[in-house]
Formats: sequence, structure tokens, C-alpha cells
Amino acid sequence: MNSTILRMVAGRVLSGFGSLLAVSVVVFAITAVLPGDAAEEKLGQDATPEAVSALRKEMGLDRSAVERYVSWLGGIATGDPGKSVVNGMPVSEAVASRLPNSLLLAAVTAACAVPLALGLGILCALWRGSTFDRVTSMTTVAVVCVPEFLVATLAVLVFAVHLEWLPALSSAASLSSPGEMLRSFALPVLALGSVITAQMLRMTRAAVIDQLSAAYVEMVRLKGATAARTVLFHALPNAIGPIANAVALSLSYLLGGVIIIEVIFNYPGIAKLMVDAVAQRDMPLVQACTMIFCAAYLILVLLADVCGIVANPRLRHQ
Amino acid sequence: MEHSKQLDGLVGPEESTRILGALQRGASRRDVLALLTGAGMQAALAGSIAGVATAAHAQTPRKGGRIKVAGATAAVSDTLDPARQSNHTDYIRGFMFYNSLTYLDGSLTPQPQLAEEFTTKDAKTWVLKLRKGVTFHDGKPLTPQDVIFSLMRHKNPATGSRAKALADQIEEVVASGPNEVTIRLAAPNADLPVVLGTYHFHIVKDGTTDFNAGIGTGPYKLKEFRPGVRAVGVRNENYWKPNRPYLDEIEHVGIGDEPARVNALLTGELDLITAVNPRSVERVKASPKHAVFETKAGLYSNLIMRRDNGPGTNPDFVLGMKHLFNREQMVKSIVIGHGVVGNDQPIHPSMRFYAKGLKQRPYDPEKAKWHFQRANIGSAAIPVVVSPAAINSVEMALVLQHAARQSGVNLDVRRMPADGYWAQHWMKHPVGFGTINPRPSVDVMLSLFFKSDSPQNESGWKNEKFDQLLLAARAETDEAKRAQTYADLQAMIHNEGNIGIPFFMSNLDGHSRKLKGMTPIPLGGMMGYMFSEHAWLEA
Repeated sequence: MNSTILRMVAGRVLSGFGSLLAVSVVVFAITAVLPGDAAEEKLGQDATPEAVSALRKEMGLDRSAVERYVSWLGGIATGDPGKSVVNGMPVSEAVASRLPNSLLLAAVTAACAVPLALGLGILCALWRGSTFDRVTSMTTVAVVCVPEFLVATLAVLVFAVHLEWLPALSSAASLSSPGEMLRSFALPVLALGSVITAQMLRMTRAAVIDQLSAAYVEMVRLKGATAARTVLFHALPNAIGPIANAVALSLSYLLGGVIIIEVIFNYPGIAKLMVDAVAQRDMPLVQACTMIFCAAYLILVLLADVCGIVANPRLRHQ
Repeated sequence: MEHSKQLDGLVGPEESTRILGALQRGASRRDVLALLTGAGMQAALAGSIAGVATAAHAQTPRKGGRIKVAGATAAVSDTLDPARQSNHTDYIRGFMFYNSLTYLDGSLTPQPQLAEEFTTKDAKTWVLKLRKGVTFHDGKPLTPQDVIFSLMRHKNPATGSRAKALADQIEEVVASGPNEVTIRLAAPNADLPVVLGTYHFHIVKDGTTDFNAGIGTGPYKLKEFRPGVRAVGVRNENYWKPNRPYLDEIEHVGIGDEPARVNALLTGELDLITAVNPRSVERVKASPKHAVFETKAGLYSNLIMRRDNGPGTNPDFVLGMKHLFNREQMVKSIVIGHGVVGNDQPIHPSMRFYAKGLKQRPYDPEKAKWHFQRANIGSAAIPVVVSPAAINSVEMALVLQHAARQSGVNLDVRRMPADGYWAQHWMKHPVGFGTINPRPSVDVMLSLFFKSDSPQNESGWKNEKFDQLLLAARAETDEAKRAQTYADLQAMIHNEGNIGIPFFMSNLDGHSRKLKGMTPIPLGGMMGYMFSEHAWLEA
């Protein structure tokens, strides 16, 4: 049993590297097609052909795209993601100063959202059709439909500007004490959490309901198990696969898709770093961020699969 | 601030800036009286104005306090290298940590700073006496060598200086004494002290290659600098200006999202923010703790009609378009009154050498129609390129499109993304929009955007007579003669130029009412980004 899982993980890791490589080629090609390069972006209105070519030379953009890609790939293989062409700072340094912030925000959001979503989802499935289920379902549909920038903006207007309970900005620098952190993170976590909670909740509910309507659950009921026991020990283990996948998809979104939250709360995370890098055509930085997002996604999906297989022995033999 | 508002009401913002500026430089109430009566004002009225002015100035600045300031951009490209600074958050940091040889006051007249004195006989050879006793943040005294290094590095293409075009006029800089440098120019330029007062020409230490330490002679010392995140400066206790600066510490962040900036100001997390949208002004004003600081300056977006290609080759089309601007309506609806009507020439009324006598071009659809008929435009759609990168150009083009339709001209407004606009679209289409930031002098403005051989000559307008006059004015040391030539040049652009400037936009900053000491400098918001040295916090 263990060897099956190990073999599967190894296979996934290998194909993961393949995916990363493919993504890096695609991203490099797409950014090469974008109009303008780092030198032109940097000089903006002051760009004269002479200044642009001097700057290009300094940034190493006078080499061909293939050449730049190959040297970048060589750097990555040896663990050196290179230097930002825009400010000459090592990419690893830029990422290292931003990634922990994003991970922290993602972790706090996940810690709040996952238990909430799973708990509510199971309850909804259990009490399907009840007032509780209908109210929760209506609310989650409504929340999923509202884009998070609107949630964030409204939350800031209400809780920061009018009530003055919470700060309107969330800088990672003000996280010295737990109380400060709570205040600082409350609004971003609320905005981020509401969308993914709603998604996970609906998936959980659907997965559990799916299991509850299966024949073996009827058998469990006929044997006289309590409702709680039926759900927790019989239906849930079989629903873990789809639930883990829903959680993984939602969490991967937390790392890469939070750009709007980072903008609204001026939070120095990695998504904003990457968007800036794209706007400035800073290829080494764009590539490094892409790799991180892509790797995070692959790892989460892999974990979800492993969870599903461990929870459901039947999957091991397919 | 109440007093200075009262003063604005009495004599107008420009004049009040001049008076307050004079007081700041040490003028007495008596001097202000002389200034006002000299300008033809009745003695009694002058007396009461001088009273308000001195009261406005009398609030004594207090030392101490920490403020948090937000600019509108932040990215990993943030730099402390003066030569590479490219936006206002860079400029703000630049003025915190560095000084330049001169500085520009409320009328953009150069004043002595690190150079105590700047003299010339022919506008070609300039002798600058350096101030004694100035030290860098690390204790090294300022020497001519630092000045030579700071100026000459712009000429090296590898520096990537944004001021290379301006620096190329400098032939050589030599130390002509222990505290003196002599600058020789390739051709006379009476405006050299103005150029030297701009942010790119901040003085750095001789031989500096890594600018991340921010070692300058400026009012604040660098405590923390994280590109794209924040910069913190602490008071330079050894600053050479007595009693300056006032604040203990300034934290500077960049917040790209305007509503986020305004919200954070209103919640008290920020004390000063730049680039407030005219539509947010009422929100800021409604807060009892906050106020808006308006700088009427030369920022404009303009319609560019290329001379070499498309309908702009026909002067009648150009004149017709210029008559289609309903300028008053645009100021009222697009910037909600926070602007000044323009007259199709780039010099803002607050600047030295602004031509006062030029007749205002009115909104005249009939005349426009007449010109269009003469130009034989027909009904084919004329593409007009706009972008959020060119501030307000989308709104301006839509107002223009409406007016054009009534004169029988079909404008096709094409919206381009902000990303890459300057390199890919600006100046590249027959008809399009651009945005020009305020520049420190008439000469810089006209040389950059209207001289025949300038790469940024937006409309491709070539005029030999204009170039000759411009060079003559640059070499002229007689102020009156210069003023006359500049007036002629402005008239030429107004009449023949292939650009339309419907209005100038104000720079709007929001600030806590506790923050005092700011007076407008028409180079941009936040005192032309120089607030750090002047601002102080009420207890």
C-alpha cells in the first residue's frame, strides 16, 4: 500500500517538473510577445532610441530571447534565479522579502476558512432542505457572486472609515503582537476568506450529500447508527477526495489570486510583486514568481490526491 | 491654513504664494507692505493683507513627530539613484535624502542651496560657490569633487540617466577653488541654475556606485529602504539648514489604489497622500480632521495631431479641432473645477515668462465647422488614440467626440491599455493624446516638446524660426528680453502648433489638518515633492 502511494507521488513529482518547464517556456514566450521591453518601460516618456539601446545593453536585453531563456534555465537548475533586470537586485532576495508575507496571509485565511467551510458544509448536508441549509446556501451563492474587491471595499468603508474599528491598510510591518496582527489581518482575511469559504462549503455539501444518497449509507442507517456517526465515520471518508480537491483549488488561489486584496490593503505580498514585474517586463522576476505559483498549485493538488487515496482504499487499486 | 486661505481669497493663490514665500525667506511685514504697494495696491488694503500674511506665517513650526506619507506608485524599480528616478515616489525620497545645488521656489525661480552663489557673464561659463560646512550623512564634507561626479555621471550612457538630454549641454565641470566649481556649457543657457535645481541633479558622494544607502546631504537620513514596500527617513541632526527639518521621522509608502489611499488617510493611518482624484475631494473635505492641498501647476493632457501624417498635415483641421474644445465645461466636468483653462500652449500661468497677453481661444463650433469645410475632412472616421495612461484623455476625447459630431466630423475614439502606452502608442498615431508633467522652466518645456530636433517633439512640428528664437532666449541674460521672446514663442505654438491643450490639471494632495508648513510649488503635488523639509506637525 505504501509503495503504491510512493510510486504515485514520485510519478506526480516528475510530471510536476515537466509542467513547470512547460509553464516557464509559455510564460517566457508570452512575455516576449508583449509590446515593449524592460528598457522601454523604465524610460517611459523619456525613451529616446539612444537611451533605450544603452539601457538594453546594461540590462542584458541585447541578447536574443532564446539565449536569455537558456541562461535563466541554467541559473534555475543551479539554484540561482538571477537578478532583476530593472533594479539589479537578486531575484531570490526580492522573493524572499515578499513570499513569507503571502504565505502568512494565506495560512491565516486558510486556518479560518477551511474549518468553517467544512463544518458548515457537513451541517448543510446533514440537514439538507432545512431552513439552516437554505439560508446558508443562499448566502454562499450570494457571496460567491460578489467579486472580492467589492467585499474588500465595502468592508473597508464600513469597518475602517465609518466605524473606525479596524485599519484600512494591512502592512506586514505591523504584526508585532497577536492583537496587532488580528486587527491588521481582519479585513483582508474577511475579504479573501468569504469567497473561498463559500466555494469550499458548496463543494463539501455536494460531496457529502452525494455519499449520503449512496446505498451503503442506507445500510448504515438501517443498522441504526446515529446521524453524526453516519456522516463522520461512513460518508465523510468517502467524500474526502473531492473535498480535498476543492480545498486545494481554493488554497492555491490564495497565493496567486490575491492581487486585488494586496492592492486594496497595500499588503506587500508576492502577487503584487509579480504584477509589477509584468508591467515592467522584468523577466527573471516574472519567471521566478510563476514558478512559485505553479509549484504551489502542483503541490496542493498532489496533497489533495494523496489525501483522497489514503482516505479511500478503493482508489489505490485503480 | 485658515489664514493662508483668507490670503488666497484676497490676492489670489499665486500672489499669496509669492508673499508667503517671501516671508519664508525672511522678509518682514514692512517688506511685504512695500511689495504690495509697489504692485499698485492701495496702502490700506495692502496693510490688511500684510497683516493676514504675517499671521499666516506666524504659526511657529514645532519640532518632532512622525508622519506616514503615501505616494501613488510602488514597485521593485523604486530607486535612490537620483539619475534614474522616474516618478513622484522616487522624487519624494530624493528630496528627503539629497540636496541639489539650487532649489526652485514658488515661482520656480532658482534659489541658492548647496551652491551659495551662482554667477555668469555669458550664460556659458558658470561659477558656483559651494556652501561651507555641509557634510554627507556619513560625515564626509561636501567637496567640488562630489559635484563634478554627480553632474558628469549623467553624460555616461551606462548610467541610464533620465536627464541625459539636459546633462549633455554640460561640456565640463572643474574645481576652480577649494569650494568652487566652474561649469562650462556647450552653448549658453541662462536657465542652468533652474536645471540644477531639479531632482535628477541631486548631489551624491564622489564615486558612489551603490545608491541603496541613500547617502546625501539632505534633511533626512535613510533608516530603511525596501523597494516597492517602504522607505523610512529619520531627522538628520547635522543638517546644514538651522532648525530644519522639523519632523523626527517620515515613513513613505506607495499605494497604487486611489480609494485605498483616501480611505487610509480618512482612518488616520496616513498623514499625507498624493494624487487625490478630483472626485474624492469632497469626501476628504467632509472630514473635520482632513484637508486638501491644491497645487495649480502645469500638468496637462493634450491632443496631438501629427504634422507629418494624417489629417494634422492640414492646418485647417488643426485649427478646427482647437476650436472644438469646450474648455470651461471640461474643467467643470472632468476635473470638477480643479484646473485652469488652457490656451493651446504649454506654459502654465504660474510660471515665470508666462505670456499674459495671449488671447484666449474660445469654444466656437461654427468656426470649427468653417475650418473643417476648408480642410475638406469629409465624413470618414478619424481615429483618436486615448489611454488611461494619459490622464483624463478618455473623458476629454469623449467630450471632443460629442462636439465634433455636431460640426459634422466623425471621431473614432480608440482606447489603448495604460501598460506600454508611452513606448507603443504615444506620438505614434496621427491623432492621439499624451500627458506632460510640469517642467521647471519655459526653456526645458519648449526644448523638450517643441524644438524640431527633439525626440519628444510630440506633433512632429518643425519650425526653424521657433528653434532660433528658443536658442536666442536661452542665451539671453536680460530678463525683459527673454520674457518678450518667450511670449512670441508661446504665441507661435498657440497659433501654429499641432497640439491642443484644453486645460491644466491641479495636483491634489490630502493631508491631516495637523500637518502644516506646505506652500505650493508648481512642479507637482506635495510642494513639488519637497515637503519633507518644510512640513511640521501640530502637537
